[in-house]
Amino acid sequence: MSILVDKNTSVIVQGITGRQGMFHTKQMLDYGTTIVGGVTPGRGGTSVMDSIPVFDSVKEAVKETGANASIIYVPASGAADSILEAAHSGISLIVCITEGVPTKDMIGVSRYIRESGVTLIGPNCPGIISPIHKCKLGIMPGEIHLPGSVGVVSRSGTLTYEAVHQLTQAGIGQSTCIGIGGDPIVGTSFVDVLGHFEADPETEAVVLIGEIGGTKEQEAAEFIRNGGYTKPLIAVIAGQSAPPGKRMGHAGAIVTGKAGLASEKVKALKEVGAFIAVTAGDIGTTTNSVLNSTNGRN
Amino acid sequence: MKLHEYQAKELLASYGIPIPEGSVASSPEEAREKAQKLGGSCVVKAQVHAGGRGKAGGIHITITPEEAEKAAKLLLGTRLVTAQTDTDGVPINHVLLEHTVDVEKELYLGIIIDGSVGGPVMIASQAGGMEIEEIAEKHPDLILRVAVDPVIGFQPFQARYLSSVMGLSAESTKAITPVLSNLYRLFIDKDCSMVEINPLVVTKEQKIIALDAKVTIEDDALFRQREMIELRDLTQEGKLEGIALEKGIAYVKLDGEVGCLVNGAGLAMATMDSVRAAGFNPANFLDVGGGADPDRVAETVSLVLEDPNVKRILVNVFGGIARCDDIAKGIAMAMPEDRKDIPLIVRFLGTNKEEGNQVLRESGLNIYPIADLNEGIEVLRKLATS
Repeated sequence: MSILVDKNTSVIVQGITGRQGMFHTKQMLDYGTTIVGGVTPGRGGTSVMDSIPVFDSVKEAVKETGANASIIYVPASGAADSILEAAHSGISLIVCITEGVPTKDMIGVSRYIRESGVTLIGPNCPGIISPIHKCKLGIMPGEIHLPGSVGVVSRSGTLTYEAVHQLTQAGIGQSTCIGIGGDPIVGTSFVDVLGHFEADPETEAVVLIGEIGGTKEQEAAEFIRNGGYTKPLIAVIAGQSAPPGKRMGHAGAIVTGKAGLASEKVKALKEVGAFIAVTAGDIGTTTNSVLNSTNGRN
Repeated sequence: MKLHEYQAKELLASYGIPIPEGSVASSPEEAREKAQKLGGSCVVKAQVHAGGRGKAGGIHITITPEEAEKAAKLLLGTRLVTAQTDTDGVPINHVLLEHTVDVEKELYLGIIIDGSVGGPVMIASQAGGMEIEEIAEKHPDLILRVAVDPVIGFQPFQARYLSSVMGLSAESTKAITPVLSNLYRLFIDKDCSMVEINPLVVTKEQKIIALDAKVTIEDDALFRQREMIELRDLTQEGKLEGIALEKGIAYVKLDGEVGCLVNGAGLAMATMDSVRAAGFNPANFLDVGGGADPDRVAETVSLVLEDPNVKRILVNVFGGIARCDDIAKGIAMAMPEDRKDIPLIVRFLGTNKEEGNQVLRESGLNIYPIADLNEGIEVLRKLATS
C-alpha cells in the first residue's frame, strides 16, 4: 500500500501544453503514472503526445476521463485559480508544483481546500511518488526510488532526492515520498502526512526532512506526543547554519523568531523520541541503524 | 522587499494612518530648509533598511535648523552599522526630518502571516518601543495575537479587545480602531509579508501616531505590485546580494571561506550545515535553480567568486530539471584565468552526471570529484591541512 496515490490514481495535467507540463508529463508516463488528459484553456479538442486529450476546463476533463487527481504546472500568477478550479470540479487530490505563488492567494485557497475536503499537496513542491504502485505526480527523478516500507516527507525538493538516494543506496525502499512544499502556507502539513503514514500498514518508519522557519516541525512533534503517530521517525532539519532574518531560497525558510530555529525544531522532535540525523549526509545511515534496532535485522 | 521608513510612512498616510509631520532630505542644506519649515526643532532619522538605528547613532534630536543640518552632515554619505547589519553597515542616502511628538504611551503593532494559522495575524503589545524579540523575551505575557479571518477581515470588536487589554482610554480606543483596520487593509492590498509600527504612540491628547514604520512586500507578489518595485533601494543590500537581487539569484552572503554552489534551497542549506558541522564556514547560501542553462550558471559562479574570502568551492548538484553538464559548462565558462587553481570539490548526481564530470575533467580546472557530502568534508579537511 501507499498513501494518497495508488494504482487507481487517474491523473490530468493542468498546464499540459507548457514547456514544464509537456516535459514532466512524458517523465510521469515513462514512470508508469496513468495520465488520462490535460487542461489548457483555449486548447480544448487537441491532443498532446499523440493520444492525450486536452480540454478547456477541468470540469470537462473530469466528465470525459473520470480523472480523480490533478497535477498543476501553470505559472505562479494563475496557480491559485487552477487549484480552485480543480477543487471545484470534483478532483480529490491536487498536486501544485508551481513555485512563487503569492501568499495572499494561498490564504484563500487553503481555507477553501480545508472546507471542501480536498487534498492539496504544495505549492512549491516536488510532488508525490509511490514506488510500489509506480505512480508519480511530480518532478522528482523516478529512477532513484526503490519500492519498500519507509515513508519520506519533506519541505524541500532536491534534499528529498538526496534522502531517497541515500535510502536506496542503503537498500532501504520507500512506500511513498511526499514533498509538502517550501512556502509558509501549503495544502498538506507534516501532521496530515504523518497521520496517513500511521494508518498505512505497509509503512514501518518515516523520514521527515524539516527546515528553519515556521512551526510545522513543532506541530508534528505535538501530534506525535498526542499519539497520532507511533512508528519510528527519523528527522533531519536543514538550515542550522543559516543567519537569522535572511530568506534561504524558500519563502518559508526565514528565521523570524526563536521557534523557527533549527535547534528548537530538533529539540521538539527529540523530546518525542525522533531519531535525529545530525546532517543530511547521515540520513541513510541513521535510518539503517533505526530499522536494524527496531527489527532486529542486520 | 523592504521599504524605507519614509516610504512606509507615506503608504500608511495614504491609508489614513496618522504619521508625524515631516519630510525627506538628501543633503545637509536640504535638511536645514526642511527643518526650518518644520519650525526648527525636529528629529533627524537615518533612512536605512535596518533596525537598531537609535542605539547606533542614526537618530538625532535637534533644536535649530543649523543643528539639523549638522546632524544630516554627520549621517549622509556614511554607513550605519547597527546590531542588525554586518560590520560594513548600510549606506545613509536620505534622512527623514520629523516633528517631535509628546508621547504618553508606546505601543507595538504588527501584522505577519502565520503558517500554522494559515493566514494573517495581528500582533499588539503595550510594551512598545523595544524590539518585538525583546518584548517576547522580557514580557511574553504582554504580547497579544489576533488571527484575522481572510473573508471577513479585521473587525472593530478585535480592536476593542486589543485596546482594553492594552489599557487604552475610551478616547484613544476610538482613535486606534481605524488605524488597526486600515493597517490590515494595507497589508492585504499591497501583498505584504510583514508590517510593523513600533512604536505606535498615544499622545498626551489621546491621539494615535505611527512614530516608526517597517513594511516588507512579498517578493513573490511583486509582479502585481508594480508601483512598489519602484521603491526598491538596491544600495541597502550588500554589494553581492544587490547583484543577486538584480539577477534574480537566490544568494545570501555569509562570512566563511567555502563557496557553495547547490541546486535547490533545502539541499543548499543542508550542504552549508554539513560544512559548518565539520568546523568549516560556508561563504554563501546559493540555489542555482532548476532550469539553469550554462550562461545562468556562469553568472552564479561569478557571483560566488566575487567574494574574495572564497578559498574553495563545494559543488553539490542533484540533477533533475537541472542538468549536471549545464552546470559543469557554466562553471568552466565563468572561471577566470587567475582563479583557475581554486579547488573545486564536485558532486554530481542524477541527470547527465557523466557528461558533467567529463566537461570538468577536460576543463583544466582543479577538480576534486566526490561521491557524497561526507567525502566532500574529507577533501575539505585534507585541503585545510596541506
